[in-house]
Parts: sequence; C-alpha cells; structure tokens
Amino acid sequence: MSDSKKNNGNTRTIRVGALARVEGEGALHLVMNGDQVEKVHLEIYEPPRFYEAFLRGRDFKEVPDITARICGICPVAYQMGSCHSLEKAMGVFDDLTPEIHALRDLLYCGEWIESHVLHMFMLHLPDFLGYESAISMAEDHGGTVKQALRIKKFGNTLMDTVAGRSVHPVNVCVGGFYKAPDPQAMKNLLPELEACLDLMCELTLFLAEHITYPDLVRDYEFVCLNPDEGYPMNLGGLISNKGLNVSQEEFGKAIEEIHVEHSTALQSIIKGRGEYLVGPLARLNLKPEGLHPRAKELLPKVCKLIGQELPWCNNFLSLPARGIEVVHALALSADIIRNYQLPKISRVPITPRAGWGAHGTEAPRGVCWHEYETEADGSIKSAHIVPPTSQNQITIESDLRELARLLVDVSDEEAAMRCEHLIRNYDPCISCSVHFLKFSRDWRGERSKSLAGASGGA
Amino acid sequence: MSGITIPVQTDKPKLAVYKFSSCDGCQLTLLNLEDHILDIAGAVEISFFLEARRRVLPPPYDIGLIEGSISTPEEEQRVHQVRRDCKYLIAIGACATSGGIQSLRNWANVKEYAGLVYPSPEYLKTLETSTPVAAHVFVDFELRGCPISGDQLLEVISALLAGRKPNIPSYSVCMECKRKGLPCVLVSKGEPCLGPITQAGCDALCPGCSRACYGCFGPMDQPNIQALGGKLTGELKQSNRDMKRMLRTFNGYLEPFKQASDYYERLEKE
Repeated sequence: MSDSKKNNGNTRTIRVGALARVEGEGALHLVMNGDQVEKVHLEIYEPPRFYEAFLRGRDFKEVPDITARICGICPVAYQMGSCHSLEKAMGVFDDLTPEIHALRDLLYCGEWIESHVLHMFMLHLPDFLGYESAISMAEDHGGTVKQALRIKKFGNTLMDTVAGRSVHPVNVCVGGFYKAPDPQAMKNLLPELEACLDLMCELTLFLAEHITYPDLVRDYEFVCLNPDEGYPMNLGGLISNKGLNVSQEEFGKAIEEIHVEHSTALQSIIKGRGEYLVGPLARLNLKPEGLHPRAKELLPKVCKLIGQELPWCNNFLSLPARGIEVVHALALSADIIRNYQLPKISRVPITPRAGWGAHGTEAPRGVCWHEYETEADGSIKSAHIVPPTSQNQITIESDLRELARLLVDVSDEEAAMRCEHLIRNYDPCISCSVHFLKFSRDWRGERSKSLAGASGGA
Repeated sequence: MSGITIPVQTDKPKLAVYKFSSCDGCQLTLLNLEDHILDIAGAVEISFFLEARRRVLPPPYDIGLIEGSISTPEEEQRVHQVRRDCKYLIAIGACATSGGIQSLRNWANVKEYAGLVYPSPEYLKTLETSTPVAAHVFVDFELRGCPISGDQLLEVISALLAGRKPNIPSYSVCMECKRKGLPCVLVSKGEPCLGPITQAGCDALCPGCSRACYGCFGPMDQPNIQALGGKLTGELKQSNRDMKRMLRTFNGYLEPFKQASDYYERLEKE
C-alpha cells in the first residue's frame, strides 16, 4: 500500500502505509532538504487511555491487575513495577522473602521468553530475511518457525504455571503471590525446559552465523538496572555507560519527560545530557558478567560468529542479544525450578499506610519505572509510569536520522521497509501508550538528478 | 446469539484482525495459539493483521476480529469502514465488548484526566467516552474476557468456518469453579468474589489461585448483583466504595455492572 503526491516546487510528500509487526500504532515523517535530513518525527498516536489519572482513588491491591492492562505483551513488567513500588510505599519491601523474589524472577523469565521469541521470530526476523511476515517465512523456513513457536509456547506455559495465565496473570499481588505454585507442576516443566534451552542455544548460534546485520554504529548512552549479583531484571539501582548511577528512588529526578505534538507518548531524556537507550543491548553491554553460565558460555561464540566483541553499539544486533537473553532466562528458570520447594509464605502481610514508593524493572524492551503515593487507607493518591518505548523514542528518531541519510538513493518503498526494520530493533511496544506506521518523506531544496529519479513515483 | 453460517466457497475465507484502543492482549491470545496458528493460517487467508504481517489484501473480508474500544474521533470514523469491509464482525475482549478499563473516563472529566497525565493536553485528540464497538456498528458476535480465552477464540473461528453456532457459555464462573472442585473463596475464605455474577470462560483461574474473581469476563446472563452485594456489604463488611470499585474495572461500563456501580456510588455519597 503506498500513496504519494507531488507538492509544489521542490517539496514532495510520499506516504507509505503501514508499519506492521509492532505493538501499537505510529507513523514516520521525514523532511529532506536536498540530500540532508532536516526533520525526523516518529509519531506515536496510540489513543490515550489515562491510566495514571484513573488509578487515583483505586485501592493499592487493585493496582497490579490494572497496570497489567497497559500492555498485553509485557503485563508482568507493569505488575512488577507496581508491586515493588507499592511495597516500598507500604514499608514492606525489605520483608520480601528470597522465595518471593525467586518466584518473581521466574515469572519474569516466562515473559522474557514469550515476548522475546515472539518478537525475534514472528516480527523481526522476517525483516532480515526479506519476508513480509513470519507466515510467509514459514513457507520456506517452516522448521525454524515451528522450533520458535515451541519455545514461545514454553514461555507461556511457564507463566501459566506460576501465575494462572500469560496475558494479564492473576496470581501476582502486592506483597508476593496469592498462592505459591504447586511444586510438582513446576518440576513437570523441566524436561520441556531442558529441550527448549538446547534448542534456543542452537537457534541463537544459527542467527549469529547466517544473518547479515546492517551496520549502524552509534554512540549510545545505555541505561539498565544494576543488581548486586546476576543479570538486570527485578532489583538494583540504575546505571549507564556515561556516568549515570542512581538509586531507584532517584531515577525519576534524573530524567525529564517531554511532551511533543507528534506523540501521545511522553519522551524521556537524561537531564543535562539527552537521549538514552534501554533494552537488551543496554543490559548485555553493561552487565554481561551477570548472565547465567549457559548464556555466558554462548556469548563469545556469538561474538565470534558476528565478528563483533562487546559493547555492541549497533541496535540491529538486538536480535542476537535477545537470543542470548532467552538462553539466560531459560537457564535461570531451570535453576529456580530445581531449587523450588513450597514456601512457608507466598506473600508478606500489609497494613495500608500513607507513603511513597518508586521502582523500575526490566521489561523485555527495557526499564519500566513506576512511582506511587498512597493515602492512609491504601488508596492511590498519585501514580506515575515511565514505559520503555517512550524512553527510547528520541533515540529511535536519532537512529532514523542517521539511516535516512543513507537512503536518499533508494526508492520510497525500500526506504520505508528499512526504516521499519530499524524501528523494530527496539521491539517498540507502542500500545504501552496504536498499529499504523505511515511513512512520509518530504523533499525540500535541490537534489541531485540521480537521487530524485531513484525515489520517484512510489 | 443467532446462528452464523458462512457460505461455502472454493477460496479460503479471508480473515482480518483490527486494533482500536487496547493493550494488544487479545490479538496476542490469537498468536499464543502456538499449536494451532499455522493450521489457522492454512484454513483462512490472513488478509489484514498488522500486528503479524505487512502484506494487506483488499477487502471485503469474510471474518473480522476487532480488538479495542472506540475512544478517539478517528476510531469513531474508522469502525464504520471496518463494518463495511467485513461480512462477520466479531468483537473480541473487554475493550471491544464493554469499553474496557479506559471507560473509567466515562464517569470523569476527560479534560481533567488529560491535564493529570500530559503536560500539553491540547495535543491530544480523544473522545469524552470510551465505548464498545456495538455502540457504533452492528456486531455479529461478542467474545468476552480481559483477555479473551484462546480456546473460546478457536471455538468461535471453528464454528464460523463450519457454519454452526459458537458454543460459548453464558453461565457464571461458579459453575467452572464447582466443576474443578475448588473450595469456594467466598464461603470458605470470606473473600469478596465476583464469581457468582461473572460470565464463565476463564476456567475459574482466580479461585484456582485462592483469590477472589475480579470479573474480567464481565457480567453473566442475568446476574443477581443485588443478592451478592447484600452478602458482600453485610457479612463481608465491604463498603459501598469497595463495591463500586470492584464493579468498575475492565467491564465496568457494561450493563448491568454499570447500573449496579452507579447504585453503590449513590449510596457512597449519601
């Protein structure tokens, strides 16, 4: 589907719809001046749903069920942000038991596996291999698609076992879990888990070896959680490769949110510095030592096959980075399940109080940070949520600016596909705030003839 | 629910999947049918499904699945085109069948809401209300749930392809709970459970986790909310505000949950 029109003089507007295979709706608007990129607007017009407004006055116990509904792809991320923040507000965060933390990690592993594998094989890989969808890709690569579906299904089964269902889990509560999962049901997961772990190692090496990754190296500021031990997920302060080192509570003050006309998502910058990147590449670059030994063992092989040591400063490499993270999540799950026994308590008791708490966790696509104020009766006084895709938005625009410079020679159809591919590097969850990316490129000023010819008549 | 048949055709029926104001969770439920998704892709031509594929085939479509509520001026227009493009239009999930959690704005002032969330609310284009698809166009079938059940979605698609009526129960969660032999969280634990007034379909997930049902499949056929409310506000000491909050969640704008929540709001204010 494309639609183009010629404007007066040197300006051309070309629209190519639609951005498929992302979660949410957006549009891309490029203004070219001669061969230069003048303006890049990634428009996000996901309908505003006003979560932070209607959370006011709700009971704190309802919050994780409500915030889960911000995103059907990463509900656990929202539940974890809400729970940890509200546990801090209620003064019980330090009472959480190691068993509760482990079960939370396990549930989150399920979401990483399910979300990453969906994105890698159903949404992102078709870009690298030149297919319009995984459905078409399955006609030529049915085996790979079926293997991926098997691993994705395991992620969902893991979430079902720990928390009832994978989309909007029901077993999560402020303080822990309503019910500890049945140990036998957990142990029954192990054979399929082991098989999926071996399979995922193979698939990750396959992707590293056989895919050509476009080159777009940039000087990113990577931001992720900084746990004392292990890989970023639920706990720790926040760090970056450019000097950010703050507690969870301080993070809200370290960033600034900006509202621009072309987006219903608020964009974030680090105060005094600017854009930053959250997500798999940030986590892998900053905390590789925290990976599970199975994933750590795989990493040098993947680096060798790609021909690139860490840090990876090319976000097209988010595909293998997700692969390594899925291996990590599967291996960590196996450890947690093997050590699992029915815990004495599945949740800590809470007496409502007036308070404030802030906490972010690692959604599959990056840091998802929450803060809440509560009233004495446990009602929500105020809520503030900073989702990952809005934090990445300016960085995505900067990537696009860089890429658009390289695309003056290619047709609009091709340019749109390559821009979409780049946007999908971020696994953008635009729902976390619609499903069209309309692509348009305005040309202003003189362009060399060959270039003008190449882009004509989309 | 009327009998739905699709005409026998030599070509594969064309399926379209649409998103309006929503979280993507119901579309994801379709993608989560891992054991069946390639079979579905074989049985129907997936002609419009932006979350899954870039290729778009032109309408008309035989089956349209529509996720999300109508909450913006653009959606209010687009939903009419969707109706014209689809022979059978199925609303899937709480947002499409009730207006969703975002319909909480229907009891508030949207300008105030926008001012709380966005520094520059003038940039927003939004409606005063969030409403179900059926409030705007005729819908052939409504599948409930926040999110929908994968098995129920498969049943609806299979029924349509076979030309029979979908077998979707309209009785309460209590039936599923008893069938599974779960202890009643309302009676034995004293938890304020909405199971007796909520439509089945989840397989009693919450009671299975020892917690009270919070009504994510919406009201069952002819629920006795008053009787349950009497027990919850009496013996279980829930306040009128608690009752209002419990009823106003993911299906809060759907009758009779809406009417009952308005009733408890009046009592709360008295």
